[in-house]
This record gives sequence, C-alpha cells and structure tokens, in this order.
Amino acid sequence: MKKDYLKEFPRELEDEAIYIIREAAAQFERPAILFSGGKDSITLVRLAQKAFYPGKVPFPLVHIDTGHNFPETITFRDKLVAETGLELIVGLVQDDIDAKRVVEESGKFASRNILQTTTLLRTIEAYKLDACMGGARRDEEKARAKERVFSVRDDFGQWDAKNQRPELFDYLNGRIRPGENVRVFPISNWTELDVWNYIREEKLEIPSIYYSHERPVIERNGVLWPYSDFIFKDADEVIQTRTVRFRTVGDMSCTAALASTANTIEQIIEEVIGTSVSERGSRLDDQRSEAAMEARKAVGYF
Amino acid sequence: MDVFRIATAGSVDDGKSTLIGRLLYETNSITTDKLEAIERASQRKGIGFLDLSLLTDGLVAEREQGITIDVAHIYFNTPKRKFIIADSPGHVEYTRNMITGASRAQTSVILVDARKGIIEQTHRHYFIANLLRIPYVIVCVNKMDLVNYSEEVFTKIKNDFLKLSANLPNTQQQIVVIPVSSLHGDNLTTQSPKMPWFTGEPLLTLLEGLPVPTARGKFRMPVQLAIRPRNESHHDYRGYAGRISSGKISVGDSVTVLPSGRSSKVTGIHKNGQEQSTATDRESVTITIADNIDISRGDMLVRTGEEPTLKTEHKAFICWMDGNVLDTVKSYLIQHGTQRIRAKVTQITFVQDTASLQQVEPTSGLKMNEIAQVKVKTAKPLPVDTYSENPANGTFILIDEFTNNTVAVGFFE
Repeated sequence: MKKDYLKEFPRELEDEAIYIIREAAAQFERPAILFSGGKDSITLVRLAQKAFYPGKVPFPLVHIDTGHNFPETITFRDKLVAETGLELIVGLVQDDIDAKRVVEESGKFASRNILQTTTLLRTIEAYKLDACMGGARRDEEKARAKERVFSVRDDFGQWDAKNQRPELFDYLNGRIRPGENVRVFPISNWTELDVWNYIREEKLEIPSIYYSHERPVIERNGVLWPYSDFIFKDADEVIQTRTVRFRTVGDMSCTAALASTANTIEQIIEEVIGTSVSERGSRLDDQRSEAAMEARKAVGYF
Repeated sequence: MDVFRIATAGSVDDGKSTLIGRLLYETNSITTDKLEAIERASQRKGIGFLDLSLLTDGLVAEREQGITIDVAHIYFNTPKRKFIIADSPGHVEYTRNMITGASRAQTSVILVDARKGIIEQTHRHYFIANLLRIPYVIVCVNKMDLVNYSEEVFTKIKNDFLKLSANLPNTQQQIVVIPVSSLHGDNLTTQSPKMPWFTGEPLLTLLEGLPVPTARGKFRMPVQLAIRPRNESHHDYRGYAGRISSGKISVGDSVTVLPSGRSSKVTGIHKNGQEQSTATDRESVTITIADNIDISRGDMLVRTGEEPTLKTEHKAFICWMDGNVLDTVKSYLIQHGTQRIRAKVTQITFVQDTASLQQVEPTSGLKMNEIAQVKVKTAKPLPVDTYSENPANGTFILIDEFTNNTVAVGFFE
C-alpha cells in the first residue's frame, strides 16, 4: 500500500519545470542545456521537448567531456542527439590540460571532476551562452538546498551564496550584465525518486550502466570502484568481477558502483525506496570534505 | 500524488531544526550516510548530541556561526503526499528571507517555546503568514517536556495566540495549535501518551490530511512566449505558452488579451504534445485561438467578461529586500505576471512594525526588511487583481535596473 503512493510522479513538478524552461527561453538570448548523459539531464531534454511542442527545442546541448566517461554514456549521448536532432556542443577537458590551463591530479584518488569547471567556463564564453540549464536538484546535497532556480554567476562563473536574489512566488529575475551568466535549475524541487518515477511514466531511455551488469571493480574502503584505464591500481589491490549498477553517471574515476541486481526501472525504484544511503553517497567527489560541493560551486561548478 | 508546501521560520534555540530533523528521521527520509556525516560534524564541533541543524544549515558560514541565514528547501515523502519545506531564519534582519520562504507555502508552521509563550518573533511570523494569506497556520507549542506537559501552560499560550490572530486583517485562515516536544517526538508523528488531555491530531497526521488549497480567482494566464514551429506539419500553428496562474479555461471559451483588449475563441489547449479540452490553475499549457491577433510575452489571457481593471495607480503592501533604501524619486522595473515595465513608488503611507503590530509614520525611504503600505505608479496600465481576491494575480516584484537585483515584493490592495 505504502509503496504504490511512492511510485506516483507528482505532475505538478512537470508543470513547474516547463514553466522554468520557458522562462529561460524567453529571458535569455543564448541558453543551453548542460548535458551529462545522466538521468537528470535526460529528464531535462524530455521536459524541453514538451515545453516547446510542436516547435523545436530552441537551445543546444552542452557536454563537458572529461575524457573519463563511461563508453556507454557517450554511445547513449550520440544516439539521443541523432534522434532528437538537437545541436551538440562538446567542451573537452583534455584541451585545457594540453593548453596547460589546468594540471591533472595525480595519485590513487586522482579525478578530473574539478578540472571540468575551467572547461565549462571556457565553453560558456566561446559560445556566448548567457544561461545554462542543469539537472541539479536541491535534495542532492546541502549546499544545493540553498540554490536558486535562476542562479546568477559573475564573469568568473562564481556563486555568491550569501548574496543571492530572493525568489518569490513564481517570479524569476534573469536580468544580468554582459559577461555574467545564469545557471537555471528546472528540476530543483524534484527528488531522486521523482526523477525515477518520471523516467518510468515517460518511458525514457537511459544509459545501460544504470541497470545491473557484470563489471571489473576494485574494492577500496568498502567502496566498489569501476576498474578502467583512468584509475591507478595499487599492486596489492585485486580486480574482481561483480554484479553492479550505477546510481549516478559521473566520471569512471569518481563514481562508485552499487552491488545490485536491479534490471528494470521498477526494480530500480524499489531499490531507491528501500535504500538507506543517499545518491551523492556514491559520489567520491563529494566526500572529500564537508563543504566540498559549496567550495566547487563558489568557483563555477554547477 | 499531491505536493504540499510548508514554510517554517525560527531561530537557533527554539527547536525548529530538531523538529524538522525529527520529521525526516521518523519518515525514514534521512539516509544513513547523511546521518553519519552529521555525527562526524557534531563530534568535530565537540557537541555530544546529534546536531540536526547541520542538516539544514548548508553553507559554511551558517555552520560556523550556528545560524540559519538563507532559505533551505527540504523534501520528504510519506505514503500520503510529497512535502516541500521552505525553512528560513526567524530574526527581524531576515524578514525578507521569511517572506521568500513563505511565498509559495500552503501551510505556515510557527514554533512557540512553551517556557516563553508568545514573543515578538511569534508576532512577526504570524504577521507574515497573515499578510501572505497562507491558508493554514499550525502553531507548535514546543518544549512541552520542560513545562511538565502542563495543559494549563498550553491553554494559556493557545488563547494568547488566538487573541493575537483576532487583531489581524485576514481572518479566513485556519489555525491549529498543537503541544509538542520535538526533542522527544511528542505529538509529531504519533499521539503523545504524556499529554492525554490533548485530543487533536499529531503534526504529521494533520499535515497529511489538510486539503490542498486551490488557487482562488478567475482565469488568468500570463503569456510566456509564442510558439510558432513553422515546419511542414504545423505550418500555420501559432500557440501561446504559459502557466495558468488561477482559474480554469476550456476549448470554446471566449478570451480577451490584455492590455490590448482584443477578443477571440480558444480553439485548442495543448499540454506536452497532447490535446485536452480544459485546463486549470498551475498547469503549463499552450493555447491556440481562432483569430490572428498580436499576442506576445507580457500579455495576459483572461476570460471575456471577467477582465480585471487596467490601472496605472496602485495601492500595495511591499517588503523591501535590498541594501539600498527605497528611493521615491527613482524609477524601478515592476514585474507583474510576465510583464516588466517601469514603475515608481510615489508615496509611503505607513510602515508596519512587525513586532508591535503597530502602524508607524514613515521617516525617509524604506530599509531592508521593512514592510510598508505604499502607492505605486506604473508606466502602462496593468491587469491586476487585489491579493485578497486573487493571490496569484495580485503580486509583483520590483527590480533595480542598474544592479538588476530583486529589491521588493508587493501585494496589491
């Protein structure tokens, strides 16, 4: 009885998200969708299609490519772009590494997560994007809980958490000076469960790594790391094959696998309802310190 | 599934964070990794107990100073509905944050410390809930454990509060007063055995059972943008996209476009690629009409015969939200619906003291967090309703065109 209620998507959230996406289209000259290939950005694409139907989605997708992707995500991205006919802009982190704008981390826990910010800001500037829509949600993390729907960033992409514009009723104020830009979060008020229920009700396709599969992993401090060329393995660490799936899609170097046999959306939803660990708990990038997310957002992360 | 929006306000020591923390905890909405993170942080700060305020105080500055600065949004589900809590700080210097948090709420939860009774802060929280005409107000008389769960103490506070509410203008609010102890979980999710004299529902049961209020008022839809695909299958399609702020519209209804005043008939209501015959408040839709008339962003669709009066001179309550004081000489941008035009605050009639609930003579300007009744003049006529008649079409914001900040929120009288 209890679970049936939890498996219903609250439709009001879709109306709200579509309203926000339309405001972004109306208030900015060159908005874009930040597309990671994860479930949240896939949801955004569907919402944008609905918002402008029968017209075309009036903005491109922007993918900040760390080069450490799951290959399944890239396959999925290219298929989605081909099917929707949307423009795809790719910003390569490798280009910033080659140009020595950023220096790659080294060691066992190295990740390119932090380097993405430089590439994102460079791409925003190159394409003169004044608004970037992202699939971030307030329930993910406590610094994100303080985020606005229209979040103004300065010329350097910085978030000034203590000096944000008040957002009242449905009013969204997107007035900015040249050089500033706005991050727009249409699914701010959705939870992880809402997203999964939406994916099920809308029959959205998602990358295969969300479903259970066999994969080589390394166990470190109780966490299953997907083994790939992107991670450094100590001599005494053992590669083992486990039945896993991923709860979020990040880089192969910072996304932990979850031991799971969930093969269908229904089973994933059961798992999300029954879980006792939060979604960002599988993101190794958030666990670096208590304020890891706020610190990254302050310098331009989304 | 319903979405129910709650506003809470309070300061560090009134047990608000503990109350929210407990609601989350008892509805299995805190995951173990988040609990463990709070445990680690509590230990680092040298606190012996689980400091649940760390769950809501998301910014470094808030955690360092032990205060809530900004509105935090907290989500939890029960088998009955989805809840969104907008949690804001309670002191006078955060009045603007309280109004922000309360602006979309269907219920305001006000905490009163059973040892202190009704204090200045209670006046402020209630005044805001009343000004915003939030349909339900739930007063939690907290820390009942510290007054030996005394019925007498509770009854006195309850009566004091009802006396206070009788003095404020909006008397249509439904007020419920509950004795609780958030530390021990009394009357939060289950009936407290320690207060058998209280026969009302515990907080969560009450929140699950309150009917979701519908937006009052006639059909109003601010147009966000026009949709013109110009592709082969929809060559002549011209739709008007927007979110219905109040009322209901059906195919075949006559609509008038404001401010132009031209009328036509609704030929189609499209939502997410599907056609429907009718749509109601809060739905995001695209509407097509029979005649080819000029409609663009900023216009408002209303049903013919139900037009609001177009006015350039307005009386309103505003809350000032900016560090720069209100300047009655300067012009600002007013946004009402999707319309953004020039406006001036021509006169401050009186300033409302939210602690004493008295009306005060204005000195000069209006400072951050002050609430006042004012006169506003707009460059063009706006199709407004009074906030009491139609809350969704009775609000506006002011924007400073030089700083681009949202400097005030207003309610048409």
